Amino acid sequence: MNLVYAFAIAAQMGCGVYLLLSRHGMRILIGIVLLSTATNLLIFVAGGLRFTAPPVIEPGLQVLAAETANALPQALILTAIVIGFALVSFAAALMLKTYRSVGSVLTSDHVDAEALGSPFDREAPRNA
Amino acid sequence: MADGSQSVTFLALILPFLAAAIAPALTRVFKHNAAWVLALAPLFLVVHFFGYLGDVADGRTVTGGYSWIPSLGVDFAWFIDGLSLTFALLISGIGTLIVLYAGGYLKGHEQQGRFFSFILMFMGAMQGLVLSDSFMMLFVFWELTSITSFLLIGFDHAREASRRAAIQALVVTGLGGLSLLAGLLVIWAATGQGTLSGLLATGDALRAAPFYLLALVLVLGGAFTKSAQFPFHFWLPNAMEAPTPVSAYLHSATMVKAGVYLLMRLNPVLGETVWWETILPVFGGTTLIVGTLLAIRQTDLKLMLAYTTVASLGLLVMLTGFGSEIAIEAAVLYLVAHSMFKGALFMVAGLIDHEAGTRDVRRLGGLRSAMPITFAAALLAALSMGGLPPFFGFLAKEEIYAALNFSGGWNGVFTVVAIVGNALMLVIGFAVALKPFLGAAVETPKHAHEGPVLLWLGPLTLAVVGLVAAVFSGVSHHYVSEPMAAAVAGAPVEIYISVVPHASLALLLSLVTIALGIAIYLLLDRARDAMAGVLAAIGWGPDRGFDQVIRGLIRLADAVTGVIQNGRLEVYMVVTFVMIAIAVWTPMLVFDELPSMPSVPDLTFYEWTVFAIAIIGLGAVVYAADRLTAIVSLGIQGFAVALLFLLLGAPDLSFTQFMVETLSVVILALVMTRLRLHPSDHRPTPEKLLDMTIAGACGLGFALLLLKVTQIPFDATLSEFFSTYSYVIAHGRNIVNVIIVDFRGLDTLGEIAVVMITGLAILALIRIRVPRTSKQPEAAS
Repeated sequence: MNLVYAFAIAAQMGCGVYLLLSRHGMRILIGIVLLSTATNLLIFVAGGLRFTAPPVIEPGLQVLAAETANALPQALILTAIVIGFALVSFAAALMLKTYRSVGSVLTSDHVDAEALGSPFDREAPRNA
Repeated sequence: MADGSQSVTFLALILPFLAAAIAPALTRVFKHNAAWVLALAPLFLVVHFFGYLGDVADGRTVTGGYSWIPSLGVDFAWFIDGLSLTFALLISGIGTLIVLYAGGYLKGHEQQGRFFSFILMFMGAMQGLVLSDSFMMLFVFWELTSITSFLLIGFDHAREASRRAAIQALVVTGLGGLSLLAGLLVIWAATGQGTLSGLLATGDALRAAPFYLLALVLVLGGAFTKSAQFPFHFWLPNAMEAPTPVSAYLHSATMVKAGVYLLMRLNPVLGETVWWETILPVFGGTTLIVGTLLAIRQTDLKLMLAYTTVASLGLLVMLTGFGSEIAIEAAVLYLVAHSMFKGALFMVAGLIDHEAGTRDVRRLGGLRSAMPITFAAALLAALSMGGLPPFFGFLAKEEIYAALNFSGGWNGVFTVVAIVGNALMLVIGFAVALKPFLGAAVETPKHAHEGPVLLWLGPLTLAVVGLVAAVFSGVSHHYVSEPMAAAVAGAPVEIYISVVPHASLALLLSLVTIALGIAIYLLLDRARDAMAGVLAAIGWGPDRGFDQVIRGLIRLADAVTGVIQNGRLEVYMVVTFVMIAIAVWTPMLVFDELPSMPSVPDLTFYEWTVFAIAIIGLGAVVYAADRLTAIVSLGIQGFAVALLFLLLGAPDLSFTQFMVETLSVVILALVMTRLRLHPSDHRPTPEKLLDMTIAGACGLGFALLLLKVTQIPFDATLSEFFSTYSYVIAHGRNIVNVIIVDFRGLDTLGEIAVVMITGLAILALIRIRVPRTSKQPEAAS
């Protein structure tokens, strides 16, 4: 069963990286979503998939019954999902703003800072 | 040791730092007279360390200390034997005089309080260096002396020459310090000893260790830079940019001897090998000759003295390298003599500068009647430096020549080196001590008269001590020189030399030296011009080389930064993911930790369905012709993941994933409608293939990593903790929720803060008005 999950995660992660490597802002956004989902799933599977009963203590019991899912990775992932969502929202806003001010979502067009040159270039006459 | 003595020694170690802390306030109240109060701190040290003289002369050592970093086996511990005690007395004794001298020298200076503070801090650091037992403590104090030296050289920080000299000294000695650290760690690893006292007890262990040569070279890297050995000597003359009290104290009497101290300290365990007895004399001898020749060239009193300091350090290293008992005695005597006469001469040079307004030896003359006390101090010190009886320098030089008789094969070469070096040093000593005072009076920038007591007390005291210690050589040998030489040699020694000249080869060599010195002294002006011509012909030196290296370093940094930080997102991404792929794959391949192939699992129909949805969604995301399709497909595969969570017993995750996925799709779609975008993928095919390879390597790497992780035993400690205590302690039945809001509540608070700040940032981003640059959007938003 791990085999299938592992390769599903590989596919998801690979697609995410592939999109992140594109020079296109919109595709990069989608890549971020894919990569964070894949990472969450990775943590989940690494936490063990032996039992599928939700980790909830039955009424009347003091401790969790045996043969329930591992609660710890779930708690971690819950936080990660929300943070990931915040990241995607911010990246989307950033992309929108960049498009409005630069007029392109292609990273090759985002060169305003580089056009200013290296700080060393201006110091060069002093050192020479 | 009794506890009382232990805490007094600890107090002695930190007292200079305490004095440094109150120095500025004290100077604000008492002006330059604060020197009298501040000098009490080093005076206390002198008195305290005098108390150990008897014990140490009887061959005992004093140790003590406190636990510092027990987990690393590092203690704040000191170790006092003849070597460290002599150094401690030199540091505190000359330090007392220097503090007083600085009181007069910088009288009325706006930053005098700061100066006192720096010099007392240095004193504390130097004191700590020579008393340290543990390697780490030694290294910390070693670097602290470099840093305080940097502060003192750059004291007059408004001048560029000062700043350059300060940085140069810091770079050279700081790099040397790192080399020393590496060397000490190698020694630590090779012998298992992290303290000097422990190391000295190991005998031949280090010499026999396979890393002996590495340890030696690294330690020498530290010692040679600190003690200004050729070719690292250039920082020392430049350090003369510092006020004269600094030159007298750090750059002649104490700090520059730290390297020699280190060599002497390690001689019993590192010395007596072919490497030691070759490298040290060769570098030392070269430094001796280069230093004296360069000193001849100078006209500035301080620079003349600085180059002879370089030469003297060379002589000390050479003698330490010979390793014979008598050579060690000579080194010990010369080190003590040099600290006194050179400290005195530097203070004289500063006095002349202070009173006459110039340090140029060509513009000085006939000051003897105007400054008689200064002249007396200068004369006494110069006679010691020239090695004439009955001064301490004489004892040292006789012993040096006696040592050369025993130095083996290269005897002749080193004898000539020593004679030439000593003769030239005598020349410089006389040039500094006699030229400004004798002859016809010369018009100086300031009308010269005797300086105040604060200024002449120091040089006169040092010069007189140099005389007294020689006349009563029996006492000084017993309490100072013999214990110190014994510590260096690693065995008890006895020194017989006294001021009464006795017929021997050494005396003959002395006479040759003096005759040669006087001859050169009479021809000094011509010799100076000749040297100037030679140096002009060479044109390049390590000093200029230093600038070239620094410039080259900046260019290299610029070039490297230009490649790594080139401002292109795709390059950053490629580098990042390639590194990640390497990081994931390397351990598995190198350590042969690839997972074993698991059996193809038996999945239920609905699980296959969910996977199919996810994979189809993924494919659609990547290959979608238009953006809207891509975003909707993204939502589909996200929902598939949510379904997976539901099936695997994580309803909370599933619910959150549904919510977030929906919101993401809505937000992305909203953004989409405001952009008119290019057709899907604009990369050329080779780039696509490269990106696919990288992405594939990352994905596959993580898949294998995950398989490996699931194949090793699972540590359920934490999970069991939460399962057990969730209801008992936190009174919640849904463990995931309990973890989030209770066990890791603070974490969740942070998460909420992140989301809130992100919201504010997005709001700010949307509201802010940025002027449009280059391309305009094809469609208005």
